[in-house]
Amino acid sequence: MEIFLQQIVNGLVQGSVYALVALGYTMVYGILGLINFAHGEVVMIGAMLALSSLTAMLGWGVPPLLAVLLSMVLAMLGCMVLGYSIERIAYRPLRHAPRLAPLITAIGVSIVLQNLAMMIWGREYHSFPQLIANNTHTVGGAIINDIQIIIFILALAIMAGLMVVVHRTRLGRAMRAVAEDQHAAQLMGVDINRVISITFMLGSAMAAIAGVMVSANYGLAHYYMGFLLGLKAFTAAVLGGIGNLRGAMLGGLLLGLIESLGAGYIGDITGGFLGSNYQDVFAFFVLITVLVFRPSGLLGERIAERA
Amino acid sequence: MRIGASAPLTGPQAHLGKDNENGTRMAIDDANAKGVMIGGRKARFELISEDDQADPKTATIVAQKLVDNKVSGVIGHMNSGTSIPASKIYNDNGIVQISPSATAVNYTAQGFKTTFRVMANDAQQGHVLGEFATKNLAAKNIAVIDDRTAYGQGLADEFIKAAQANGAQIVAHEYTNDKAMDFTAVLTAIKGRKPDLLFYGGMVPQGGPMAKQVKALALNLKFMTGDGGYTPEFITLAGDAAEGAYASLPGVPLDKMPGGKEFEKRFVAKYGAIQLYAPYCYDAVNIMIAAMQKAGSVDPVKYLPALVGTSYDGVTAKIQFDEKGDLQGGAITVYQVQGGKWQPLETLGAIAPAAH
Repeated sequence: MEIFLQQIVNGLVQGSVYALVALGYTMVYGILGLINFAHGEVVMIGAMLALSSLTAMLGWGVPPLLAVLLSMVLAMLGCMVLGYSIERIAYRPLRHAPRLAPLITAIGVSIVLQNLAMMIWGREYHSFPQLIANNTHTVGGAIINDIQIIIFILALAIMAGLMVVVHRTRLGRAMRAVAEDQHAAQLMGVDINRVISITFMLGSAMAAIAGVMVSANYGLAHYYMGFLLGLKAFTAAVLGGIGNLRGAMLGGLLLGLIESLGAGYIGDITGGFLGSNYQDVFAFFVLITVLVFRPSGLLGERIAERA
Repeated sequence: MRIGASAPLTGPQAHLGKDNENGTRMAIDDANAKGVMIGGRKARFELISEDDQADPKTATIVAQKLVDNKVSGVIGHMNSGTSIPASKIYNDNGIVQISPSATAVNYTAQGFKTTFRVMANDAQQGHVLGEFATKNLAAKNIAVIDDRTAYGQGLADEFIKAAQANGAQIVAHEYTNDKAMDFTAVLTAIKGRKPDLLFYGGMVPQGGPMAKQVKALALNLKFMTGDGGYTPEFITLAGDAAEGAYASLPGVPLDKMPGGKEFEKRFVAKYGAIQLYAPYCYDAVNIMIAAMQKAGSVDPVKYLPALVGTSYDGVTAKIQFDEKGDLQGGAITVYQVQGGKWQPLETLGAIAPAAH
């Protein structure tokens, strides 16, 4: 029972990480219909920026708690500038090109960012300093720490915040309008370039938060960390229904749980025939099953279609 | 003349691959500065370095590229999973391949005459680790995780054989991959089996965070890994969870080698801290050049027969190949993290090199 509970906790934490990243994918897709494959790299740059500013500030004698918060803000600002630039340079010129072109560009941007980060921060693994006491709690035999609880709450809060922005604000109305029909929105006086830029900046700020949380949880930052994370988060977004904010959260948590329960019990269930090396197969098997029976994902509908 | 080198220069193991490249480059720079004479003429060496991304498919493409570039020999690849598929291409083209760090048993067991390595293989290493775990650490119930690469799987299998032969029980064998970051699920599954020692067959990008998560999940056990974990990065990544962890490294501790200290000083001045295999790359280049000098030719057809039978006092060990291309009497040292540093515990099966 203890072990089972711990696997649930593991899955929820891992799932929240996926959800945090998946929210960024899904928002951009919901508005633009574009899969921003560079999103995982923005997550990584967010972590790296936070790490660098944190190290610098600690060197100047800034108190730890303040340094953590400031570096997080700096990482968010940095990523917003990055997100804006990516959209302006790489995606905007291709907005009316066939769908394949921006997709390939996105992969290109991802490779460029990865190599850029490799040149700036080097190939080695950076350890992410642990500055605030990370207390562990034992709930019914399962162990969870403060950072993991924060990740879970943060993922929920960001999802809720985004829902409010999309459904309750003027900006959100403009976003939904752009998602539905760019030309019509433009004719109605919506500045679509501005709306799309803001969407990218919001998504990138969330990526920065995700990056910092992932690095704080695993205690490391590396120029390659965004790749697999991005891929898994993308899977989570598709599982939940890409373009749907609640779907990203649900998909993330589900993927996390499937992975941890799959890895933990697949050996016992199959009597040792399949081991935890089939962990990823398990996750993708569920994904394929969902897509076969519900091609638009579990909660599939784009942000606009629910307005 | 050209010497090829290949290692992962991008991806999760890029820092190790770059370290390999630096070790190879330093040996080549040294040889050029010394003005090595081969067959009565002064030889000038040029390094062609290729990125194999630690990916078996890419490794074969890179190997073909090096062959097309007419290299005299190749230092590489870094991983067993890349060295093995690439070795067929080098063998078909008669090009000498000396891997600094491929330790899978299969690598030299394919019957290729062109395949060499300057490091003890996994059978030797896994055996030493398995014995150390059961005899010195008195482990009874052992859990094993491996990353399903040729290296990780091979090492884990050899470890299991030796541990079982010495009366230990393998209570769990779980798996991960060489890109993973989260091991909480498999570690939790292992926790239920209550092992007293966990062995990880794989590289440091997983080994470090794994040790950290072992502590976070309050698993009460000893952590042990192979040469893929013996790096300063392991301690950075695992933090205070690194304390007390064990790892092995083929070869003798660098400061016990006649040329080791001096090599380390020069390397650190030029490239920064040694990650892992740079000294082995340095030795690999030098034994290759020694054989070329002996044969009086840089043509692989001519100097290949001279490789077996040439010996060279390297910075990691006395380098001397057997008929299969394996290192003769490769020593293996077991290390432990003590006070935030890797400290050698015991060296087994060494041939001491002559003083320089």
